[in-house]
Amino acid sequence: MSPTISITNLAVRLGNREVITGISFEASPGDLVAVLGPNGSGKSTLVRSLIGLVPYSGGSVNIVGCPPGDCSAGVIGYVPQIKSLDRSFPAQALELVASAHDNAWPGFLGREKKAWSLRALDRVGAGHLAARQVSELSGGELQRVYLARAMATKARLLILDEPETGIDAAGTSDLYALLEAFCRDEGGTVLLVTHDWDAALHHASKVLLIKQHQISFGAPEDALSDAHVRTAFGHVGHAHSVQSGS
Amino acid sequence: MIEALSYPFFQRALIAAILVGGTASYLGVFVVQRKLSFLGAGLAHAAFGGVALGLLLGTEPLWVALPFTVLVAVAINWIKRHTRLAGDTAVGVFFAVAVALGLIFLSLRRSVNVDAFTYLFGSVLAVGPLDLILGALTALLALATLPRLWGRWAYATFDPDAARADRIPVDRHDYVLFVLLAVTVVVSVKMVGIILMAAILVIPAACSRLITSRFVVMTAVSVVIGVTSSIAGLFVAYEADLPSGATIVLVQAGLFFLAALRSARHAKAGGHGRALV
Repeated sequence: MSPTISITNLAVRLGNREVITGISFEASPGDLVAVLGPNGSGKSTLVRSLIGLVPYSGGSVNIVGCPPGDCSAGVIGYVPQIKSLDRSFPAQALELVASAHDNAWPGFLGREKKAWSLRALDRVGAGHLAARQVSELSGGELQRVYLARAMATKARLLILDEPETGIDAAGTSDLYALLEAFCRDEGGTVLLVTHDWDAALHHASKVLLIKQHQISFGAPEDALSDAHVRTAFGHVGHAHSVQSGS
Repeated sequence: MIEALSYPFFQRALIAAILVGGTASYLGVFVVQRKLSFLGAGLAHAAFGGVALGLLLGTEPLWVALPFTVLVAVAINWIKRHTRLAGDTAVGVFFAVAVALGLIFLSLRRSVNVDAFTYLFGSVLAVGPLDLILGALTALLALATLPRLWGRWAYATFDPDAARADRIPVDRHDYVLFVLLAVTVVVSVKMVGIILMAAILVIPAACSRLITSRFVVMTAVSVVIGVTSSIAGLFVAYEADLPSGATIVLVQAGLFFLAALRSARHAKAGGHGRALV
């Protein structure tokens, strides 16, 4: 099975500073990859380089066989951190999903585009949110709407940046259930940046641990071994000890 | 009131009001939603520098003010993108530089600067055929952005990173928006005046935001408010013998306060300022 995403020796430089270097991994259809690392380790920079927001200075990236900048629209579904959005923007959830249809904010929605967007919302169990204002959605609801938007274009790779930010435990659990279903039932690949070790251990098929450079990549229990965690964080944290012991 | 329509100067002013009111309020939704309200004032004062240079050189001030203001708009956007400074800081710097240059240009001019006052405060009597042609061309340019750029600008306003991730050339589109804003400001100053220019960019869009819940509706309502308030303001100014720009702005401000009151009352009643449309 050819990999959805293949990265070899990736390096990203911002100004004179090398923010990440030596990142190499592959993820295939069905993989849910969690990217973990301490604050400032380059997790978000990695994501931003994969979606073309930051140019990489070395190495190679292939997403479904082409560099990120050349991927056709819709191959990558990006779910940004909800704190980066303008929540005061006058918009309904249905319009947010519909914006994926033509990669532009929709004007007056036609019947076809409306039905397309509603189907996408229904798919993630958010059909009831269609007419709600984006400003009135909770963090979890907004993540779900964004997920509907990302999945509406038949994306092969979903990239999520700290999706659990601003979501309660139940919402996080629902979100991971949707992501797992996307990998399992549709052969999609998910790459998500997270601080939630627990979720990574329970839901990810692979973990990438980084601290400017790659510490480990592989099955969660291997990638998050005590030695690797100590290298990344300088100590083995309480959360990890609990997981190791359980 | 009907009598006013028989005067050529009023006919020209009415057409200009419709063109300027419509274009400014269309672009104003992006200014308001991107929290760039200070940009309107900055560009208008940049236009002042260009107008003053035109007066000093003895040419039609608009031909100097146009490239001058467009250059300032491009420079503000460039600084916003390529330095650590926020957009309002860049606007503040160019605002001051343009006014300083304008004052120096006017001081170098030996004749009395009556023309400069026309541009500072606006005058319907000063609207000529050239202003109408430029106003119509600007309105057509703005209209041409509707099918393709409006949706991209709106998407980038909501979430610029997501728009970039979807391969939308956000930076290039922003330059187009800033240049169009600069052109709109320059063609509007003769009627509204440099000092009040920012108001006609901001107030209709702000008023519309208070009563709408979808960006497409906000845009449409903003244009309706911009055009109708400009027409109404012009008639009131004629009847009461008041300055046209100031009267238009006060009519728009009246609508804004009504919308704000309604929005506040709904929010107090637990309705979160629910939209009318």
